[in-house]
Amino acid sequence: MNKITSLADLKKIKDQVQSKIKLRENSDVADTLVQIRVGMATCGIASGAKETMNFLIEETEHLAIDAVVTQTGCMGYCYAEPTIEVTLPGKEPMVFGHVDKVKAREIIDRYIIKGELVDGIIPASYKTIDEK
Amino acid sequence: MAEYNTQILICGGTGCKSAESDEIGNVFKDLLNEYGLDDDVQVVVTGCFGFCEKGPIVKMMPDKTFYVHVTPADAEEIIKEHVVKGRQVDRLLYKDPKTKKSVSDSQHMDFYKKQIRIALRNCGFIDPENIDEYIARDGYMALGKCLGEMTPEQVIDEIKKSGLRGRGGGGFPTGLKWEITAKVKGDQKYVVCNADEGDPGAFMDRSILEGDPHSVIESMAINGYCTGATKGLVYIRAEYPLAVARLKTAIKQAREYGLLGTDILGSGFDFDIEIRYGAGAFVCGEETALIHSMEGLRGEPTFKPPFPSESGYLGKPTNVNNVETYANIPVIINKGAEWFASIGTEKSKGTKVFALAGKINNVGLIEVPMGTTLREVIYDIGGGIKGGKKFKAVQTGGPSGGMLTNDFLDTPIDYDNLISAGSMMGSGGMIVMDEDDCMVAIAKFYLEFTLEESCGKCSPCRIGNKRLFEILERITEGKGEEGDIHKLRILSEVIKDTSLCGLGQTSPNPVLSSLSHFMDEYEAHIKDGRCPAGQCKALLKYEVVEEKCTGCTLCFRNCPVGAITGERRSVHYIDQSLCIKCGVCFEKCKFDAIVMV
Repeated sequence: MNKITSLADLKKIKDQVQSKIKLRENSDVADTLVQIRVGMATCGIASGAKETMNFLIEETEHLAIDAVVTQTGCMGYCYAEPTIEVTLPGKEPMVFGHVDKVKAREIIDRYIIKGELVDGIIPASYKTIDEK
Repeated sequence: MAEYNTQILICGGTGCKSAESDEIGNVFKDLLNEYGLDDDVQVVVTGCFGFCEKGPIVKMMPDKTFYVHVTPADAEEIIKEHVVKGRQVDRLLYKDPKTKKSVSDSQHMDFYKKQIRIALRNCGFIDPENIDEYIARDGYMALGKCLGEMTPEQVIDEIKKSGLRGRGGGGFPTGLKWEITAKVKGDQKYVVCNADEGDPGAFMDRSILEGDPHSVIESMAINGYCTGATKGLVYIRAEYPLAVARLKTAIKQAREYGLLGTDILGSGFDFDIEIRYGAGAFVCGEETALIHSMEGLRGEPTFKPPFPSESGYLGKPTNVNNVETYANIPVIINKGAEWFASIGTEKSKGTKVFALAGKINNVGLIEVPMGTTLREVIYDIGGGIKGGKKFKAVQTGGPSGGMLTNDFLDTPIDYDNLISAGSMMGSGGMIVMDEDDCMVAIAKFYLEFTLEESCGKCSPCRIGNKRLFEILERITEGKGEEGDIHKLRILSEVIKDTSLCGLGQTSPNPVLSSLSHFMDEYEAHIKDGRCPAGQCKALLKYEVVEEKCTGCTLCFRNCPVGAITGERRSVHYIDQSLCIKCGVCFEKCKFDAIVMV
């Protein structure tokens, strides 16, 4: 990793990583690229988020779905762990709660592949710093 | 493959479910079938929308129409009007209480999104183990701005103007603390992050460190720049292994990018961070005890002044802030003090993270603007009380705080209001209690905790809390004496006034606040030998109502200790000397023939 030695450098890196993420979101090739975030704080892991994440990685690979599965911190919905957020290309992110392997299977088969919604969506209930 | 053009989202949160949302879903499905629309319209059950007071809630997609108080009988009208003709059903729309006008789009509803995520902005959004994702979300921009474009005084001034107050519980103005540490002269200064979160039921700081460790690192560096410190220390309890691991990774990545180390961003400023582990003692959240623990001494508090800002770690000027306080700093620098100060109440700015736990439907981590009411937190965000039971009280501030009852549900939450209501902000644990909780037993529970966690250095805390606990124990066992309440009061006041540190000074708070709000429960225990909530087993007795008992033998068969006798089709009896008061018979009886007395 190269050292960042000035604010200008930092901004450059920010633009780079941002465009990388944007590319992930918007490019034409990424028509099929699905982003999945798995809530992996202590609460999530305790409820089985690791199994869910492994399952998602294996299954998306197995079905040749172009997907990026990443971990993230606590989404705040401790009552519905494990929680995952799925962003289909060009769509708003969708959070699902209580995602065990069975639910993950259903989400892959119905939401990711067919675009149908499935039960268990958790509506976003907060504003971000950019909205306020 | 079915291409749905409309989706009907029905709230399946516990609140809406108890108001027939399942039934509404079924009616929708039947009707869609009947109208031949089931290939075009999909019915989806969702989690809680967080607006339970107006439930059941139905949201139409993709136009985002938000219907409230929907009943199964309304389903047909929604289908006929909304789905078939594309006209909104006005009478089911939410009416703005101020303008009395219908609001159709949930995104424009202020009431709907009660939370604002500032400290939690990246939690559940970025990968905490990838510094690039943090940088993509303006990470380290605030540090860059401070180092490159602002003087330390300007940064401190910005923090002061923002009105940020310490989120660890005390509520001391953060900018002022920074200024004091900056002004004190010292050859070496330290920046400390207090991550010794010890309240039962609190997990705000852990979640921030697990979900966004870089925000804390960045802020500590900013603090170092302002105060002239070059070393940072994070004091974290070893019981938080995941938070420790992610913090370590984050520190390593920041060093690799040169965002920690020497000559950061070419500014000539040096700063690095080390981790110190705590063994999980509650008293070590107190800053002087925390510092002693870091020095390798016993985690015992010492008298203040001198404050750590003047003489802290190794006798050097030390700035101690809590995790959540630090997590707010980069946003204040990036978005400006004015933006931050526009959120919250007059004297408490910004937001507060709460860990919502206890008898509440949506247990979770929430962040609301200061000034949000308890009612909004419990009913709109928390989804109401579990099992539709009656709300009794909420404990804020953990074992140092107090109970807030029904009367305070509409009090805006901020530092000063909570104190005048007899509680405190604390670090942000919020434990909700319902009608089945005995307040004497709850006070005893918290006292048992502080008793265990007292370091034993000063006698009011060490001995006084023990005596308090013994009196409470006696009361819950039905051996309360005339005059006990008076003793509790006097003793509590003495402990508060004479203890050395915050732990002792606040430990009697649960006792005092339960005494002031639930005197009737104390009296029932002492005078009538009765626990109104039915929690204190020593005061409970299960009895058979002879007229109602049918002799079905169900209780007899389920009693785990054989305390019930009786022949089939004749009245049964409970042998009180054998009964362990487990309540199984009470739950099993189908004829209400067993009562709790």
